[in-house]
Amino acid sequence: MSATSARFDVVVAGAGPGGIAAAVVAAEAGKRVCLLDANAAPGGQIWRGLRAETARRYPHGAVFAAWMARLERSGCVVWSGSQVVDLAAPGRLRVESESESRDVEFERLILAAGARERVLPFPGWTLPGVMGAGGAQALVKSGLDPRGKRVVVAGSGPLLLAVAAGLTRAGASVQGIFEQTPLSRLAGLGLRMMLTQPGKLAEGARYRLQTLRTAYHFSSWVKQVEGRGRVERVWITSGGKDRALDCDWLACGFHLVPNLELPRLFGCKIVEGYVAVDALQQSSVPGVACVGELTGIGGLEKALVEGQIAGLSAAGCESMALALALQRRRQQKFALHLDRAFALRAELRGLPMERTIVCRCEDVTHSALSACASWREAKLHTRCGMGACQGRVCGAATEFLYGWKPADSRPPVYPVRVPTLAAETDAAAVARR
Amino acid sequence: MQPEEVSITVNGRPVRVAAGTSIAAALLMAGEPSRFSVTGEARAPLCGMGICMECRVTVNGVPHRRSCLLTCASDMEVVSE
Repeated sequence: MSATSARFDVVVAGAGPGGIAAAVVAAEAGKRVCLLDANAAPGGQIWRGLRAETARRYPHGAVFAAWMARLERSGCVVWSGSQVVDLAAPGRLRVESESESRDVEFERLILAAGARERVLPFPGWTLPGVMGAGGAQALVKSGLDPRGKRVVVAGSGPLLLAVAAGLTRAGASVQGIFEQTPLSRLAGLGLRMMLTQPGKLAEGARYRLQTLRTAYHFSSWVKQVEGRGRVERVWITSGGKDRALDCDWLACGFHLVPNLELPRLFGCKIVEGYVAVDALQQSSVPGVACVGELTGIGGLEKALVEGQIAGLSAAGCESMALALALQRRRQQKFALHLDRAFALRAELRGLPMERTIVCRCEDVTHSALSACASWREAKLHTRCGMGACQGRVCGAATEFLYGWKPADSRPPVYPVRVPTLAAETDAAAVARR
Repeated sequence: MQPEEVSITVNGRPVRVAAGTSIAAALLMAGEPSRFSVTGEARAPLCGMGICMECRVTVNGVPHRRSCLLTCASDMEVVSE
């Protein structure tokens, strides 16, 4: 049994802003390009649910509409609903969609896998109604009606403000924003942004205006969630004092971490949590470039400029790519500042109680994990990280809580159907012959 | 203009949502869990972006579908896992 196969000059994995920019410029330069993404439509998280006709009403909507128009004209082949699950052979990805699994061959590969939220465990965090902050935003963008819902927004990172603004715009009653980082760290960031990134500061101010009736609290975090069968109440700690807030949903995420499964699978060198790349976005693996959040959490502008650099480079237009170096450097500096400003405070390590579940797939508790010395030992003894999410959620949490280093990815990087696995075995057998 | 609606069933119960709504969003609005954990806790969508696997459900008999990545279509049968 063998999977059907297609062949392209450039394959881009991930159709957020970085992937779209990379695919567009490579296709415009005449390359045969395929853009792959697991979601129902291109756009990634920031542009989720936008449609070209109505996009201009939303923040970043005009930018989205312009890139989507270019994508359509570029001749790039777009495969939505397609999850990359493995490197079937050198230069060949295995991709699973709803109906089939197929292989796609490439000369050059650009990984634009984006980031996920870091969610941290505290008592009650597995109750229905607790979502990631970006998670709540993504769900609302995909049709969840927040009208009349009382929502507490908490965690850390610039996303909280955007989430609170989006929820308010969609009709939710946001009960407060609780940011764990102290205001002093943000004030430093604000000053730097004013000097280097006036656009971003204006964007933050616009979000702030939309949520003016919502208080923004610093050095504050969620300690516990209570409720019978769903969220009813959230305990917030602030300046040594605890207080309860009644609510329907808790939107809680602690900044973002890159989706490193594919770069790890390929063997790309990773330094301090991000893929190491050169001035043309090339990773340590020949022919594999990485862009956007994979190389540092910096958001839309960083993804767009890095995507263009990688796409131009894949099309052989190196000098055009290098002309974007200054923009790129500015965005990368911004990403570094964000990581520093939203670094997690040590008190958050004290939130899980003995019986608090840390690994949600296998229901492994904090007390079971506290007895383990490493990620590997935890996997072997408790099944932590062995469930359906393959450690995507608990990996970042256990790295923070216990200082464990994540292991390398193993294929398939997502749970797959049996026929995909059968084709997998088939390809491995061919490779061995 | 009223947005077009689609009808699905969640655990046998009919649910109407606006066209374009993800199954995960429909589950939350219907107040139905996506799955029960290995110790029996009811769980609902967490990450909303295909990462956490908490939202996986059986759709038209196919198990382990990530409901946040799937758009509701007429007469879909969604069952908690």
